Amino acid sequence: MTANDHAIGPLRLGEHVADGSFLSILDKRGLTPTWDIGSARTPQVPEATTVLALTWADGILMAGDRRATAGNVIAHRRMRKVYAADDLSAVAISGTAGMAVELIRLFQTELEHYEKIEGTHLSLEGKANYLARMVRGNLTLAFQGLVVIPLFCGYDATEQVGKLFSFDVVGGRYDELNYATTGSGGMEAKSFLKAAWKPDLTHEEALAVAIEALVAAAEEDAATGGPDIKRGIYPTVISVTSDGVTEIDDETLAATTAQVLETRV
Amino acid sequence: MTAPFYVPPEQLVKDRAEFARKGVERGRPIAVMALDVGVLLVGENPSPSLRKIGEIYDRLAFAGVGRFNEFETLRVAGIRYADLKGYSYARADVTGKGLANAYSQTLGQIFTHEVKPYEVDIVVAEVGRTVGSDSLFRIRFDGTLRDSGPVAVMGAGEVQIAEIITAAYESDLSLNAALTLATEAISTVMERTIEPAEWEVGFLKRAETRRTFTRMTSDEVADALEST
Repeated sequence: MTANDHAIGPLRLGEHVADGSFLSILDKRGLTPTWDIGSARTPQVPEATTVLALTWADGILMAGDRRATAGNVIAHRRMRKVYAADDLSAVAISGTAGMAVELIRLFQTELEHYEKIEGTHLSLEGKANYLARMVRGNLTLAFQGLVVIPLFCGYDATEQVGKLFSFDVVGGRYDELNYATTGSGGMEAKSFLKAAWKPDLTHEEALAVAIEALVAAAEEDAATGGPDIKRGIYPTVISVTSDGVTEIDDETLAATTAQVLETRV
Repeated sequence: MTAPFYVPPEQLVKDRAEFARKGVERGRPIAVMALDVGVLLVGENPSPSLRKIGEIYDRLAFAGVGRFNEFETLRVAGIRYADLKGYSYARADVTGKGLANAYSQTLGQIFTHEVKPYEVDIVVAEVGRTVGSDSLFRIRFDGTLRDSGPVAVMGAGEVQIAEIITAAYESDLSLNAALTLATEAISTVMERTIEPAEWEVGFLKRAETRRTFTRMTSDEVADALEST
């Protein structure tokens, strides 16, 4: 029997936890994921690089390249950095890969947990604030070089509009109107979006813009991976509209990528 | 110092069981049916916000009759248990059997150790990946755990309602037909007409790959009952 078995069962009726959140239950049972490295030198661990999001006529597209790097080494070619957070919102991450993936899993569990306990979705702003709190909780490690920065977007069911949020390392949360990027190739992707983005893009246009922004980032930033047609590796792209979250399939990505590379000088 | 009155254990258990049973029998009934399309949970519940049927995890649902605050405590503890387990291991490791056992242990403990037993009966419903692999676990106020087969009914008039449903039950009933069967059985035994808005209906859809639980709105319930 592991420590976890003790911490999970048996049922604890009426267990009092700070704010009823899943995170506070983990805290209470000593199961919160921690990466305390004390005063040790920060190890070289895989880093997730460029992710972006942009608004289009009916919603938001979120996209990320697939490369993770550790120093000058390519650690992973098929890493996923863009995820559905629940059925109405999506989250993308850059920074220390292992921590980022765990942060997303925790965030997804938290949203589902809230929805089941309360019988209703957390509001979109509530989700964004909660994610900001999770990033802030990581501040000490961020100063030691283990940084995780997400992007978050979703459909606001009460205001009936898609919204996009970016974050900084201290958990600052910012509303973005048109587009946002983060990660090592984020600046390059942002410059591209600044030139290419316009209001009311169609879904096809937005998809082409998102992919080309990642291609542009990959051309200038060694840590960002461009599409690898030979291996069938394309960016991960998720679309959020009033109908919910859908992932763009590989066929569509392959076609759009081919078309983008064709026209790109 | 005075010695406490001696109460034989048989008497103690009998008194407690009788007390709890009375509480449960006052509760409005809930019927649960395992069908080819999934697991249907139907209960009479005039409140649109205080739920008796709820999602626990990907393939698990909860239904409770009796005292609201008591089965609500059980529901919340079950969600916490399931989410912790799914997060610590993997989503596939959260099973109905594990949860039903945990409920059974907890209710058994409360029945013998607490000042007052819980006045609740609950069902943990699990929809399997293939037809015929569903489990409806019935857990009573004293912790008794039983695998109910394809039909489980609890609350007021449970025996008669179960008889009516079992007589007409076929696993290949459509969702609407099963809903009609359950609602008619409950209305007949309760001897009153129940408006569509007063039904609480949950459904574990077998074909879904991740979270299978959906809740039918009162409009959907009205449409389903009209269509059959």
